[in-house]
Amino acid sequence: MQTVQPRSLPLRVPRVRPGGVLPILAILAVLLVLVGIRQPDFLAPSSLMSFLGRSAPIILLAAGQYFVIVSGEFDLSVGSLVTAQVVIAARLIDSDPARTWPVVLLLLAFGALVGLVNGLVTTRLRVPSFITTLGMFLILVGAVYLWSDGAPKGGLSEEFRRFGRRAFEDVPLLGRVPYALVVLVVVAVAAVLLMRSDFGRTLVAVGDNPRTAELSGVRVWRTRTVAFILSGLAAAVAAILLGGYSGVSFQAGAGLEFGAITAVVLGGVALGGGRGAVVGAMLGALTLELLFALMNFYGVSGALRSTVQGGIILLAVAVSATRSSSR
Amino acid sequence: MSDPPPTPLLTLRGIGKSFLGVRVLDGIDLDVAPGEVHAVVGENGAGKSTLMKIVSGGYSPDEGTVEFAGEPRSFRGPRDAQRAGVGIIHQEFNLLPERTVAENVYLGHEPVRRGLVDRRGMLDRTRQLLASIGETTLPADARVGQLGVAQQQVVEIAKALALDARLLIMDEPTAALADHEVELLYGLVRRLQERGIGLLYVSHRLAEVFDLSSRITVLKDGRRVTTVDTADTTADELVRHMVGRALSSYYPDRAAPEDRGPVRLNLRDAGNRKLRDVNLQLRAGEVLGIGGLQGSGRSALARAIFGVSPFTTGDVTLDDRPVRLRSPRTAMRAGIAYVTEDRKGEGIVPRQSVLDNALLASRAVFAARSGRAARTVRVRELLTAVEVRGAGDDQEIRFLSGGNQQKVVLARWLALNPRILLFDEPTRGIDVGAKSAIHDLVRRLARDGAAVLMISSDLPELLGMSDRIVVMRDGHVAGELPAGATEEEVVALAVGTARETARETAQ
Repeated sequence: MQTVQPRSLPLRVPRVRPGGVLPILAILAVLLVLVGIRQPDFLAPSSLMSFLGRSAPIILLAAGQYFVIVSGEFDLSVGSLVTAQVVIAARLIDSDPARTWPVVLLLLAFGALVGLVNGLVTTRLRVPSFITTLGMFLILVGAVYLWSDGAPKGGLSEEFRRFGRRAFEDVPLLGRVPYALVVLVVVAVAAVLLMRSDFGRTLVAVGDNPRTAELSGVRVWRTRTVAFILSGLAAAVAAILLGGYSGVSFQAGAGLEFGAITAVVLGGVALGGGRGAVVGAMLGALTLELLFALMNFYGVSGALRSTVQGGIILLAVAVSATRSSSR
Repeated sequence: MSDPPPTPLLTLRGIGKSFLGVRVLDGIDLDVAPGEVHAVVGENGAGKSTLMKIVSGGYSPDEGTVEFAGEPRSFRGPRDAQRAGVGIIHQEFNLLPERTVAENVYLGHEPVRRGLVDRRGMLDRTRQLLASIGETTLPADARVGQLGVAQQQVVEIAKALALDARLLIMDEPTAALADHEVELLYGLVRRLQERGIGLLYVSHRLAEVFDLSSRITVLKDGRRVTTVDTADTTADELVRHMVGRALSSYYPDRAAPEDRGPVRLNLRDAGNRKLRDVNLQLRAGEVLGIGGLQGSGRSALARAIFGVSPFTTGDVTLDDRPVRLRSPRTAMRAGIAYVTEDRKGEGIVPRQSVLDNALLASRAVFAARSGRAARTVRVRELLTAVEVRGAGDDQEIRFLSGGNQQKVVLARWLALNPRILLFDEPTRGIDVGAKSAIHDLVRRLARDGAAVLMISSDLPELLGMSDRIVVMRDGHVAGELPAGATEEEVVALAVGTARETARETAQ
């Protein structure tokens, strides 16, 4: 460089912020192009809308998981929580439309309660969240089996199922907009606003350095417990959509916790907390779903899903770890 | 290379480097001749270590050229630089404590005979190497872990020489040494010079810079201020170059007796697991210094007042009203702020922005009290007022120098308008300029009516800043000294050779 050097300090350079959403947007764009090459129909508004609707539950779970992970913890219980919610809903509604709304409220309360317990056990009893939520996972699985004598009972009302399967028809430009997508957009906007609020900024600070947060007057235990509650609530909403879409079974939520964690990591959120955006986590989930769709179009066996997830987790963590140490 | 002597060993031209958009080095020119000791001085954050990492292959420069032994080079990493003949002795040594001196010296390039490590050859060569730098007392087969710091440093130097280093970078080489060991290092440096090795010598201690170097380069804010012949300059002049002002007028004026207000905080027989029977009064408008040795209960005192590990016995009154400070939140609501000793571990949230760091406490405790926008405006003003430099408000705080990080932490607390401020080693690890800025700020806060308690291990600071000094020992108050006490008096109380009574507060 023989040019005259600028003398002004500091120099502003456009940059990729660690924890930002640019990388995941780039990956998403590449996948969209690949999908477009293989299956141009997929990019038509109507099929794109229904894809987004189908992806809503995992995106919601990723948002819920984001709150927990960014605060420095894990929530492994969400998959079995979704299963439990679906099974509970079916049994309590028992195909009676009049019970739909009370049960929806109950599910939200139950999700919040499970999150509260996860949070309190982790923060007050000082059980590592990995263990706490693994325990909760097992408890929920066993309890649901026990409660339903080994097979789901009852059935969901059509009223309940419409959240997951119906859509606003004939919307200009977009065509069919699933209810699930509307729910997703509302939750996403709320999540973004929450992360810009005092609570959101404090939550990330807690994940970054809980000692500093505590000594600055933050009630770290309360903040993290709220994160677990948010994750439980997200699981409840996801369960409502998922129950409607794919019906009642003990497999309803199987493996979703790992899907959510993979999505969060893929979205540039640091495991261990303190960095990353909720939008990134949700885009991570969308990317993951798009990747699975792509694998499907290319005839890759669905059995490879978990292998791919595992590979993504390892790769994403390795990339972020080497990037942060090479500063 | 049989060039005539004036050819420099190392030539840097126009070196520039930025991290995430912040320029930490800008247009640095520097050269080192064979056998020359070239000192590099500057405040923390001036860019010294970045520059050294560029020379030793740890970073590659964004701009400019590095010429080594007459050839343009761009090192691909520290090993590449080592092979080329650039050695670096870090402040923290890079030795394997369980291995012998010889094994450490030849680590990674052991002499080999018939496919096996030639142990005897390695020992012999190590002895020769050590002898060549005048080190005859250090056994080549001693375990490194058993050696003292000074001897370990010799091992580090031998390690570099075993790789045929022609340029050696020494980063604060005397920081870990005792006084008599510094003399030994001087001898070593001179023998390295005689061998024609060029030295880049980074140090805070101006005395040794004057003793050893032939030229001095001063860095400030990532730029080269000047390069001078050591013989033509003075310590005062150097400090002026480093901070832009002279060494005198170092501490701000103390409070006049009439400026001291009523007792804000009163501890009577207060104690907990680490403290017993602490009696102490903190007045509005004064800076109360807390002296004592590490572990004497100084930090425990601040942490008890701030509610981190609260008092379990005794009485605490705040403005004559009894209070129980059970948690940081209750202390903060009572108007108390606490700047911790361990800035990295307890003071900052490293990956959050400067602004988020500064807002942390306001958001946590007084979120409902003021509007968000007004609060942010106020904190931005505070960040400007405490003069956080070299970073925007959106910059992650971990990329700031220690002094700037501390200013952000201060802004965080000032946003709460505290009436009692507890400072635990407020200027530890902070460069000279930021240090005096913080001193001024502490004094200004007291003058504006805050009650300040300041813990410091830095005796000149403690004596220079305090209106009174309380010395702690073994978890209780060993004694109190007035302003104008001597270092000896403080130390005597701290170690327990002085009688445990408060000296009459004269004046």
